[in-house]
Amino acid sequence: MTVLANSAGKGGRVEEGAIARDRNRFVAAATDASLTALIAFGLFLPLIGFETVQNINEVLVLRTRWPFLFSLVAIIGAGRLAYVLVVPPWLARRAARPIAAEPPAWRVAVARWFVPCAIGFVVAYPLMVAWALGLRGSLKWIDNFGIQILIYVMLGWGLNIVVGLAGLLDLGYVAFYAVGAYSYALLATHFGLAFWILLPLAGILASFWGILLGFPVLRLRGDYLAIVTLAFGEIIRMVLINWVALTNGYAGISGIPRPSFFGIPFNADDNGFAAVFGLPFSPIYRTIFLYYIIMALALLTCFVTVRLRRLPVGRAWEALREDEIACRSLGINTTNTKLTAFAMGAMFAGFAGSFFAARQSFISPESFTFLESATILSIVVLGGMGSQLGVAIAAIVMIGGTEITRQLDFLKEIFGPTFDPTQYRMLIVGFAMVVIMVWRPRGLITTRAPSVYLKVRKTIAADLVKEGRG
Amino acid sequence: MDYFVQQIINGVTLGSIYGLIAIGYTMVFGIIGMVNFAHGDVFMTSAFIALITFLILTTLFGITSIAVSLFIMLITAMLFTSLINWAIERIAYRPLRGSFRLAPLISAIGMSIFLSNFVQVSQGPLNKSIPPIVQGEFVLFRHASYPVTLSYKQVIIWGITAVLLAAFWFLVARTRLGRAQRACEQDQKMAALVGIDVDRTIAATFVIAAALAAVAGTMYVMYYGVVSFADGFVPGVKAFTAAVLGGIGSLPGAVVGGLLIGLIETLWSAYFSIDYKDVAAFSVLAITLIFLPQGLFGRPDVEKV
Repeated sequence: MTVLANSAGKGGRVEEGAIARDRNRFVAAATDASLTALIAFGLFLPLIGFETVQNINEVLVLRTRWPFLFSLVAIIGAGRLAYVLVVPPWLARRAARPIAAEPPAWRVAVARWFVPCAIGFVVAYPLMVAWALGLRGSLKWIDNFGIQILIYVMLGWGLNIVVGLAGLLDLGYVAFYAVGAYSYALLATHFGLAFWILLPLAGILASFWGILLGFPVLRLRGDYLAIVTLAFGEIIRMVLINWVALTNGYAGISGIPRPSFFGIPFNADDNGFAAVFGLPFSPIYRTIFLYYIIMALALLTCFVTVRLRRLPVGRAWEALREDEIACRSLGINTTNTKLTAFAMGAMFAGFAGSFFAARQSFISPESFTFLESATILSIVVLGGMGSQLGVAIAAIVMIGGTEITRQLDFLKEIFGPTFDPTQYRMLIVGFAMVVIMVWRPRGLITTRAPSVYLKVRKTIAADLVKEGRG
Repeated sequence: MDYFVQQIINGVTLGSIYGLIAIGYTMVFGIIGMVNFAHGDVFMTSAFIALITFLILTTLFGITSIAVSLFIMLITAMLFTSLINWAIERIAYRPLRGSFRLAPLISAIGMSIFLSNFVQVSQGPLNKSIPPIVQGEFVLFRHASYPVTLSYKQVIIWGITAVLLAAFWFLVARTRLGRAQRACEQDQKMAALVGIDVDRTIAATFVIAAALAAVAGTMYVMYYGVVSFADGFVPGVKAFTAAVLGGIGSLPGAVVGGLLIGLIETLWSAYFSIDYKDVAAFSVLAITLIFLPQGLFGRPDVEKV
């Protein structure tokens, strides 16, 4: 057919060729889509076609779900058909478009004003929500969205020092978070020390653990380093589970004291926060206070990281990420450089951990599983490793997205009362990690601004930087 | 002594399962240099497929013959798991070939999360248990009151593992596909130049890895009679430990490493503390990587500028 289309010289034959080409394209797409549907049928047949359920006698029996299976396969086939017909022509059109030499003015303005506006928004967020939804209605929005996201922003920025700047892939980051949380919980419940004393202490203890675990793995690189840190993370979690005398095992530690407002507790007493300031009692004041603590901690993490990048140690981290051998030949002490990266990253995780314990007032090993490490790592990677802004955006998308799935109650009305959107949360997160890696392997924000430059500050495309050799 | 012999028997059985999974890690690492993080969950998925096949056979067709049902379970699990792993490679890893180093690892972590949650959503979060498929045992010898036994299912596991390892060795050492795999492992560009379809060879590697994991999954269901959606992670990491201990990239190393990990874990739980058995396995991983990163049979990794 292509031959025909090419050789068609004049008049109606060109049109005929074009129609034939279109028909051919459609036939090819239809074949592709039906093949995809067939593969999808094979993939989903055992696990979606059949469901194992326990009957009354607690014996496993099978239930079939043919309608669901076939509609899923049909959706996938139709989706593939639409994809094949639409996307490649669109990509071809896009590739043919000329690229402007200068970015348009509005993008320059956005780039200039985005960060100050974002910080202003973060500062004003709880007050805006409280004003818009009232004290009672805003609790969920400040706690589940505000505080939860900011914890992960902070953890992401902390891990960014280790992974993004120093290029050491750490899959056990949550271990340091756990050290911080348990330090605060144990010291506060046994010795009655205050939050503001234990916060730095938890950070210091966590960074000690960072150095301790960092020492043996200094020689490892890349994937190996990742797996060993994963093993360390799991070992710490299992010790937390099994050392019942100290940690109370699976049952966890409860009744952890909450931080107070310069010595004024947040309760309904006469000397509580609400009474002292002459306000009606509401749990929202504590939530807003916690929000500002974690916001300050997160901004501190960011500030310290940005400043450290300009210090010799920060430059050594980035040099280490680019090329370890070159680093060593230039006389950089790679041992110290790696250990400081581990210690700094762990310290911020320790801060976040002690805040987490204080906010929850209850901790158990369940909060420190490998899945947490994977979530934090995916935030760093999706954000574009090394980019502070990208990490923050990725945390908002990932954690905000998972929190939104908790709020999708209206779906119950569509799919019936047994439909529970929260159980699809991690399913979507896992798939999103794959999709984003395939779509943008360098993360959302790929360009980077070097911390040292000769005359003009320029951003560098990610393809020119190699990283993560650790 | 009797207790010790019994533990050795149990350890070798567990080790055969780990060894079969470890081959998948070591093959994939050998050929494309990535840790296929989702492999443990592929193993878990295969165990579910075997369990569902067993239920179909017993409840829908009423097949009672153990040999027939085990055989069909094995074949079905191998087929469907191979398809799943092929699709995973196609969707999550192939587009990332030649991308920066951490990208496939992150993608694999995502795939691992996706698979375990997919099984959780589609089959429910409860433990799935089935009545024992194979019962009975040989009593090897009996001192005082403690009989040392070798159960039929252990014999089946040893037998199937041995047969499959022989078949697998033949595949890698004697066939055209095996030669292509070894060539790709040494130098992909050069292999492509001499006319080897690298993409297809890598896909075949994933299919073989999944088939062996499916054998392990079927054995797991038959041996323990219970599986849950969360059962992929810990066996996966232990099998990876086995691969590292044997020297990653080395096929006999994976089997020996699997047996060693199985023995270490069983003896540790028998003589020290069953609570800390996973800690023991993870510590072996950390210690091996720190002090013997090339493993028992691996080649030392020379760093070049």
